[in-house]
Amino acid sequence: MSAVRRTPAPPPGDLQDMPKFPKNAAKELRNTQLRKNLRHATTTIREKRANVVAELPHWEQLRRAGEAIKNRTLRHLDDYLLQLEESLTRNGAIVHWASDAAEANQIVIDVARAKGADEVVKVKSMATQEIDLNEALEAAGIAAWETDLAELIVQLGHDRPSHILVPAIHRNRSEVREIFTEEMGRYGTPPPDGLTDDPAMLAGAARVHLREKFLRAKVAVSGANFAVADSGTLVVVESEGNGRMCLTLPETLISIVGIEKTVPTFDDLEVFLQLLPRSSTAERMNPYTSMWSGVREGDGPQEVHVVLLDNGRTKVLADEVGRQALRCIRCSACLNICPVYERVGGHAYGSVYPGPIGAILTPQLRGTASAVDASLPFASSLCGACYEVCPVRINIPEVLVHLRNQVVESHGPSVEGTIMKAGGWVMGDGRRLALVQKGSELAGRVLPGEVIGPLPGPAAGWTGARDLPKPPTQTFRDWWVAEHQGGRDE
Amino acid sequence: MNVPTSTVALFATCINDTMFPETPKAVVRLLERLGCRVDFPLQQTCCGQMFTNTGYFREAMPSVRNFVDTFERYDYVVGPSGSCVGSVRDQHPMLAHRHGDPGLQRRVEAIVAKTYDLSEFLVDVLGVTDVGAYFPHRVTYHPTCHSLRVTKVGDRPYRLLSAVRGLTLVELPNAQQCCGFGGTFSLKNSDVSVAMGTDKVRAVLDTGAEYVVTGDNSCLMHIGGLLSRMRAGVTPIHLAEILASTEDALVAAGATAPQQGGSR
Amino acid sequence: MSSRDAVLGRVRAALADVPAVPAAEDVAIDWEYGQRPAGAADDTLGLFVERVEDYRAEVSWVTPAEVAARIADALGDHEVTSAVVPSGAPQDWRDAIAARGIRVLTDEPVLSHAELDGTGAVVTASRVGIAETGTIVLDHGPDQGRRALSLVPDLHVCVIRAEQVVADVPEAVARLRPSIDARQPLTWISGPSATSDIELSRVEGVHGPRTLRVLLVDG
Repeated sequence: MSAVRRTPAPPPGDLQDMPKFPKNAAKELRNTQLRKNLRHATTTIREKRANVVAELPHWEQLRRAGEAIKNRTLRHLDDYLLQLEESLTRNGAIVHWASDAAEANQIVIDVARAKGADEVVKVKSMATQEIDLNEALEAAGIAAWETDLAELIVQLGHDRPSHILVPAIHRNRSEVREIFTEEMGRYGTPPPDGLTDDPAMLAGAARVHLREKFLRAKVAVSGANFAVADSGTLVVVESEGNGRMCLTLPETLISIVGIEKTVPTFDDLEVFLQLLPRSSTAERMNPYTSMWSGVREGDGPQEVHVVLLDNGRTKVLADEVGRQALRCIRCSACLNICPVYERVGGHAYGSVYPGPIGAILTPQLRGTASAVDASLPFASSLCGACYEVCPVRINIPEVLVHLRNQVVESHGPSVEGTIMKAGGWVMGDGRRLALVQKGSELAGRVLPGEVIGPLPGPAAGWTGARDLPKPPTQTFRDWWVAEHQGGRDE
Repeated sequence: MNVPTSTVALFATCINDTMFPETPKAVVRLLERLGCRVDFPLQQTCCGQMFTNTGYFREAMPSVRNFVDTFERYDYVVGPSGSCVGSVRDQHPMLAHRHGDPGLQRRVEAIVAKTYDLSEFLVDVLGVTDVGAYFPHRVTYHPTCHSLRVTKVGDRPYRLLSAVRGLTLVELPNAQQCCGFGGTFSLKNSDVSVAMGTDKVRAVLDTGAEYVVTGDNSCLMHIGGLLSRMRAGVTPIHLAEILASTEDALVAAGATAPQQGGSR
Repeated sequence: MSSRDAVLGRVRAALADVPAVPAAEDVAIDWEYGQRPAGAADDTLGLFVERVEDYRAEVSWVTPAEVAARIADALGDHEVTSAVVPSGAPQDWRDAIAARGIRVLTDEPVLSHAELDGTGAVVTASRVGIAETGTIVLDHGPDQGRRALSLVPDLHVCVIRAEQVVADVPEAVARLRPSIDARQPLTWISGPSATSDIELSRVEGVHGPRTLRVLLVDG
C-alpha cells in the first residue's frame, strides 16, 4: 500500500466477511432514507420497464431467443472462446487469460506500467468491481478514476455500489450534493460555487470534473457487455458518453471480459440489443452503444488489450442447474422487481452482485463457506417475480432452491436438520400425521384466548409482529372421519 | 357445466387439514353442491414444499412418494392452494428426477397432469364461473405468488369472485407484489418478511375491504397475523369459503358471514 | 500450465455433460434473424422522427437541395463559432458553413483532444437509422469521421437519408454486417447523452454532445 492514497478509500473490510443476510437486512430496514430512496427508484423503473416491454408484441419470443443463444454459447464455450481469441487477435487486439482476480489485476497493472501511466479512467464495469481492480491499482500506485456518474458518486462517497446498473441508487440528490461539495475538489476540478441538488447541475459538475481526466488519460479500463466471437467485436452499452470517452480518447484500452460475455455472432446482437435496454434502463434504446473490433488505424486506442476472466465462472458452468446464472446480461430487472431488494437495498448482500441474481451468482462464484454466502440462497421469499422479468429467462427461484440444498448438504448436522428429518418421516404416512395432529388439537383445547400473541425464544421470529392462530380443536381429517363413519378410505 | 363421473380426490394440504379445516370443508360443500363426488383419502399428508424450499430434498421424498401412493388412482386431484399444487407440479418431478428413480418420476408426471388448484378445477374442468355463491361483503383479492407464477391460475379467481352475488370486489393496489410469507423465509428472514407484510397490509387497508381473500391459507396466515396484531378489523378468508357460502346457508346459520377457521 | 490452458481446461471439464455435437445441433434457436416483425409500423420515417424526438433531440425534414443550408442554420441556431466536418463529407456542407462565418475544421491533420474540446460542433453523415428505437448508427466511414469527432464537441448535427432508415434493430444489424466485416467501429446514438443516476430522474447531457440535431433528407 502506498503511503498516500491517490483515490478515495472505500469502506474498510472484505465484503465476504460480512454477517449473514438477515442481520445486515435488519440494519438496513431501519434506514428510513434508504427505504424511501429505494422505494421511489424501484417503483419508477418498474413502471417504465413494463411500458417499454409492452411495446414489443414478440417480447416472449425475444426472451426465448436470448435464452437459447446464451445456452448454445455456454454449452460450447471452449469453442467460442477460441474463436473469439482468434478474431480479436486477427483484429490487432492482445488477448490475455486470467484464472482469477489477482491475475487479471496484475495484467492491468503491468500494461499501465509499461505505458508509464500512473492513472487510468474507467468505464463502469461489474467485472472490475468483482476483482476489486481499483484497490489493486491503488496499491500499485496507480489511480483508477470511475467516470460513470453513479460510480463517481460511490467512489467520492467512500462507499460501495448497491445496484448493478445504478450503483448509487441508495443516495438521493441532497446526499449527492453533499458528497460532491465535500470530496470533488480533493481529486480534481471542484464543483462550481453554489452547487444545488438539481440533478442537471450535479451532472454538469461531474462533466467538468471528469472532462479534464478524459482528455489527459493515457490508459482506459473497461468491461464489455458482449464479446462477439465471429467478428472479434466488443460491445459497451451506456448512457452518459463516459464510456465513449474512455473507449476513444486514450492511447491504450484494456477490457476485462468475463468469459460468459461471449456471443457467437454479430447477428445475435439484434436479440440482445432489444432485450437489454428495455430491461435495464427501461428505454427503447440506451443513448450510446459502442462496438469496436480490435485496433482501428487512426481512430481510437492504438493498443487494445482484452483480458478473458474466469474467477469462478467455470465453477458455475460445472453446475448443470446453476449454470443458467451465466446467461445474465446484468440488466438489473430482477433487482428492480424484487420485494426483498426494494426494502433492504444492495449492501446487505455482501457482494458487488446484489438482489436475486446476486443471491444465486455470489454463492456459486465464491462458494458457501462464509456466513453471508451461505445465507444468500435463503434471502428470497421465492415469489418468482425475478424469473418473470428476466430477459434471458434465468429461473432464479429454481437455482435458489438448488443452492439451498447445497448449503444444507454441505453443512453438518443441525437442530433444523433434525426437525426436518422428523417432519419428513411424519409426512411419509397419513397415520403418522394424524397422530401428530392429536397434539395440535390438544393445544387448541388448552391454549387460552383467541390467538397466540408474542412468544419468547425461537417462536419470537413469527410472533414478534404477527399473531398466530390457535390450532382448531378438530382437524379436517377428524371431521371427515366423523362425517363418514370411519372414512371411505380405510 | 361438465361434472366428471369419477370421484374427485380432495388434497386438503397439511396446513389446511391441521390449522384451517374450514377451508377443505368449504371445498367439500362447494364441489358436492356442484354435483361432484368427493373423497378425502386419509393416507394423504403434505406436498413436502417446506422441506424442498428449505433445501431438504431428501426429507421431502416421503411426501412425494406418499402423494403418488395416495392419489394416483384418482382422475382428479383438487387442492385449495396455488402454492401446494404448484409444489406438486413444479417440484415433485424435479425431486423424483434427482432421486434417480425413473419409475417414481413416471408416476409423478402422470399425477401432475391431473392435479388442479380449486380455481382451475372449477373454471377449466367443471366449466363454471358462477358457482351460485352469495357473499354480501366488500372484499379485495391478493394473488399469491405461487398461484400467480407457478400454478398460473391467472384471472380465474377474479372471474369466480366477480360472479358471487352481493360481493363487491375492490382492486388491491400493487396486488402482484409478494406479501413476504415465503415459507421458512418468514422465520429465517422475519424482519424482511414483516416489512413486506406490513406494506401488503397497508395496501389491503387502503381498499376499505372487510375481507382479504387469497387462494392460499399459508400467505393468509401471515397477512392475517399482522392484521390481527394491529386489531385492524379486516378478516382474512380463503377463496373456497366465499365460493361455498350461499344465501340459504347464511340464513340457516343466522349470520351474515361464514364460520371462520381460526383467526389466521 | 498457462492461464489460457487452465481456463480452457476448466471450461471443458465443466461441460462434461454436454454431448459432442455441433453447437447448432445441441441447442436450437427459434429466431429468424434480420426479419422485420409482423405488425411493424408502415410509416417508418414518421415513427423514426417521433422516436428520436422522444429523446429530446430535434429532427428536421429537409430536401437534398437544402441540406447544406440547413446544416449551417442549425449551427447558427446554437451560435457556435467553429465546427468540425469530416473530410469525406460533401464539400457544399463546408462551403455553406464557412459562408455563415463559422470556422470549419476537417481533422486533417488530426485534431488534438484539446482542439476538439475547443470546437463548438460536429457535422456528420450516418450509416443506418432505426425507427422503432429512434437510433442513429455511425460506422465512422469518411463522411462521419473517427469516433472522437462526434463525441467531444457539445453539438452534433447529424444528417441521415430517408433510405438509410429501417424499421427495427434486426434490419439494422443486417445492414451493418458489411461495416463489421470491414472491422469498422460502430456508434449507436439514441438521443443526446443522458443519465438517470440520480434518483432515476433523466437528465440530458453529460459527457457526450448535450445537443443532438438530426436532419432527415427526404425527396
